[in-house]
Amino acid sequence: MSTTEAEIGRARRRKEDARLITGRTQWTDNIQLPGMLHVAFLRSPMAHARIIRVDVSAAKGQPGVVAVFSGQDFGDEQGSLPCAWPVTEDIVIPDHPPMATSTVRYVGEAVACVIATDRYKAADALDAIEIDYEPLPAVLDMNEALAEGATPVHEGGNKSFTWKFGTGDAEAAFRDAPVVIERTYVQQRLIPSAMEPRAVVAQTDGDSFIVHSATQIPHILRVMLAATTGIPEHKIRVIAPDVGGGFGSKLQVTAEEVLTLLISKRLGRPVKWTESRSEGNLTVHHGRDQIQRISLAASADGVLRGVKVDLLADMGAYLMLVTPGIPLLGAFMYTGVYKMDAYDFTCTGVFTTKMPTDAYRGAGRPEATYAIERAMDELAHEIGVDPLEIRRRNWIKHEEFPYATAGGLTYDSGNYEAATDRAMALFGYDKLRAEQADRRDRNDPVQLGIGVSTYTEMCGLAPSRVLGSLRYAAGGWEHATIRMLPTGKVEVVTGTSPHGQGHETAWSQIVADSLGVPFDDVAVLHGDTASSPRGMDTYGSRSLVVGGIAVLQACEKVKENAKQVAAHLLECAPEDLEFTDGAFRVRGTEAAKTIQEIALATFAAHDLPEGFEPQLDAGSTFDPEAFSFPHGTHLCAIEVDTETGESKIRSYVAVDDIGNVINPLIVEGQVHGGIAQGIAQALYEEAVYDSDGNLLTTTMADYLIPSAADLPDFTTARTVTPATSNPLGVKGVGEAGTIASTPAVVNALVDALSPYGIRDVAMPCTPERVWRAIQGGTS
Amino acid sequence: MSRITVTVDGTKYEEEVEPRLLLVHFLRDRLGRTGTPIGCDTSNCGACTVLMDGRSVKSCSVLAVQADGSDILTIEGLAEHGTLHPMQRAFHEEHALQCGYCTPGMILASIDLIQDNPDPSEDEIRSGLEGNLCRCTGYSNIVRAVRKGAQEMGATP
Repeated sequence: MSTTEAEIGRARRRKEDARLITGRTQWTDNIQLPGMLHVAFLRSPMAHARIIRVDVSAAKGQPGVVAVFSGQDFGDEQGSLPCAWPVTEDIVIPDHPPMATSTVRYVGEAVACVIATDRYKAADALDAIEIDYEPLPAVLDMNEALAEGATPVHEGGNKSFTWKFGTGDAEAAFRDAPVVIERTYVQQRLIPSAMEPRAVVAQTDGDSFIVHSATQIPHILRVMLAATTGIPEHKIRVIAPDVGGGFGSKLQVTAEEVLTLLISKRLGRPVKWTESRSEGNLTVHHGRDQIQRISLAASADGVLRGVKVDLLADMGAYLMLVTPGIPLLGAFMYTGVYKMDAYDFTCTGVFTTKMPTDAYRGAGRPEATYAIERAMDELAHEIGVDPLEIRRRNWIKHEEFPYATAGGLTYDSGNYEAATDRAMALFGYDKLRAEQADRRDRNDPVQLGIGVSTYTEMCGLAPSRVLGSLRYAAGGWEHATIRMLPTGKVEVVTGTSPHGQGHETAWSQIVADSLGVPFDDVAVLHGDTASSPRGMDTYGSRSLVVGGIAVLQACEKVKENAKQVAAHLLECAPEDLEFTDGAFRVRGTEAAKTIQEIALATFAAHDLPEGFEPQLDAGSTFDPEAFSFPHGTHLCAIEVDTETGESKIRSYVAVDDIGNVINPLIVEGQVHGGIAQGIAQALYEEAVYDSDGNLLTTTMADYLIPSAADLPDFTTARTVTPATSNPLGVKGVGEAGTIASTPAVVNALVDALSPYGIRDVAMPCTPERVWRAIQGGTS
Repeated sequence: MSRITVTVDGTKYEEEVEPRLLLVHFLRDRLGRTGTPIGCDTSNCGACTVLMDGRSVKSCSVLAVQADGSDILTIEGLAEHGTLHPMQRAFHEEHALQCGYCTPGMILASIDLIQDNPDPSEDEIRSGLEGNLCRCTGYSNIVRAVRKGAQEMGATP
């Protein structure tokens, strides 16, 4: 028995904060190196055009300008930006030069660059570059793009792939079904908007390179930079220093990373590129942008028989790192928490002349959850029962786990009843329904809506064999190494790459409990391929569920090594030892050796067991057997002013079941931030292109990221149904809030407007859209 | 070029600057005071907030020449002799940051807010920080931190 307080489950304040609250942070843009040059990119003002002529000569003579390059100047050397997820055998993956050479296909695509002695001079000289374009028609609408005679974005047409999946007999489920619900939902295009803009610094000592990048994926980036540029992998070191948020947007291998590296190689000098926000809105990959047709077949009392989904997914102009895989990550989630006999899913990836899409918080799963949770409300409305009642009739009951879903997954655990009961109690569900009825009776100009979302998601990306079966190019394992230092302090080397998630704190808690060392004696190293050579990085709520387990397993190996030394020093058999409170103790005696004593004895190596290598350090690579399935119930109460269309979230309750928790403070923060981003999709954010393919939302004045004044306080709570698929019983929490909240908010809004005959409002549900819906509904 | 004299975090600097140089670039690129980050180019996000003669300004929307003769306090100068300012401590205690990129601006804007309103309500904090965007926290813990920081600032004048 341990006598010290367990670290796991404790609301430790974060180690990371010390540098973040004092401005001692190392953001990529902070790096200043002797002789460093600055890059500025000239970007296409046309959505679709042939490049007829490029003349950089005038720019070359500008003050401070060291070099000017166009795409042609790099030719084959710049390679093609990688797509690592060819989802079908016949997928069309167009060539994607980092700088366009002959045709531009979206506004913002890089066409030339200036390298100068400071960032102002580099920007100045862009004006002196002359480019003649021959305009081609913009292709903006997915249905038009697929129509006969559409302008091809690439040779061979605008379809990239069609991917199908199904279980059971969907046709039979829909044949003669008493109730069929068919709806189309539009997942508007979003801009991820991490607060730190992207930045890259590349430096060389001649034949090897260090690339600092504001990236979520230093390990994947290293492999991909090698594959793209031909520079051997062992000659590239990638460092992700402090990274200011990602949300999927920094899960990418970007044109700017490749080009900054190549410029450094060509000029033999350190080179920095930092984007402006308006440049970033144009050229950081966008999220969502799908048109979803979803159909439910149900019995007369609302028991589901089957679900069919037909999806169009806007790829944008090119396929980037995992662009085509995003809808697949949602493909298995359209059955949600519900039982049914059959499921049928078809998705077509479409090229348009817009910025490519790729991972954005939730990546496919928010879209799926939105569609099924909105459609379940429609089913409830159709048969005249409460939205929570329709869910109860259909969800997997606690005693039915593990459960093989029609979506093709086996959910290991869950307790939807408990999470829902808790949420209803915290929310005051019945009282709010009574108030709603009263306001409806009184024809109150401010109507109240109540929205429900009973979500689940798949986390812990991912079992490598599953990724292989889905044609993803890499695995889903994660690595950790534990180093025991001579003084008994501990270094954790992790392959995860945090950018706000608090791994330095959480991994320290896992190690402190496992090795019995003080929390403050643990340091976590990450984000540098020289110190942390093995890793699959951070995205998809995977870090704890995969990387945290690797940390735990590495600790176990260290203890096995230490046990041999302890047995030797204590002159007993290893079986006679027990490990408690950081020491090996001979059962039934006072004799003990602390892990710190063993670390020092191993360092000195004067007296070790025969044949024992003098080190305790150990690494572990964990490849999960299965996904984990967080779930929960979110409830939203929204007030809608029917005279102005303005809506205001009055209360928001989230009860999430993410299994066991390492640090409740960090978990609560992740849930809060996730909810905020989901609300943002529901009410505020949309990337808008005009009919010529110009992005209209290039600034934070046009793209409405909610401020503190736009959001409510959140009430959060948890139920705990541990995952059975990993030894910590954890499930992942990074995306849950975002996945759950968008449908909860829109369901609430539609519920408020239901008396006006309104059953849908397109996202974002702006006051104007709500007002127009009311006018249309009542006229 | 113009010659300016600016005190930053207690150190006096005399520098020749281009008239177009932004204060934030002056701090970061010229003085190496990189604690103040840049989050946008339209003065919407507030990440670059500093105190100029005691009042919060977005240093991306001030020219370095406009700061001539003024006293600038950045996040790097806020802690005194290693002792955190109550607002820094409150952000840590209340887990009011995740990636931390907005945090310098958020803390300095909060201090300015408390100068005007030593005991703000939740709504007053939310509207007072409207010009500082955070993408990670959903603001709930920031609001809690500002209330706590305000109380402690009141307790230690």
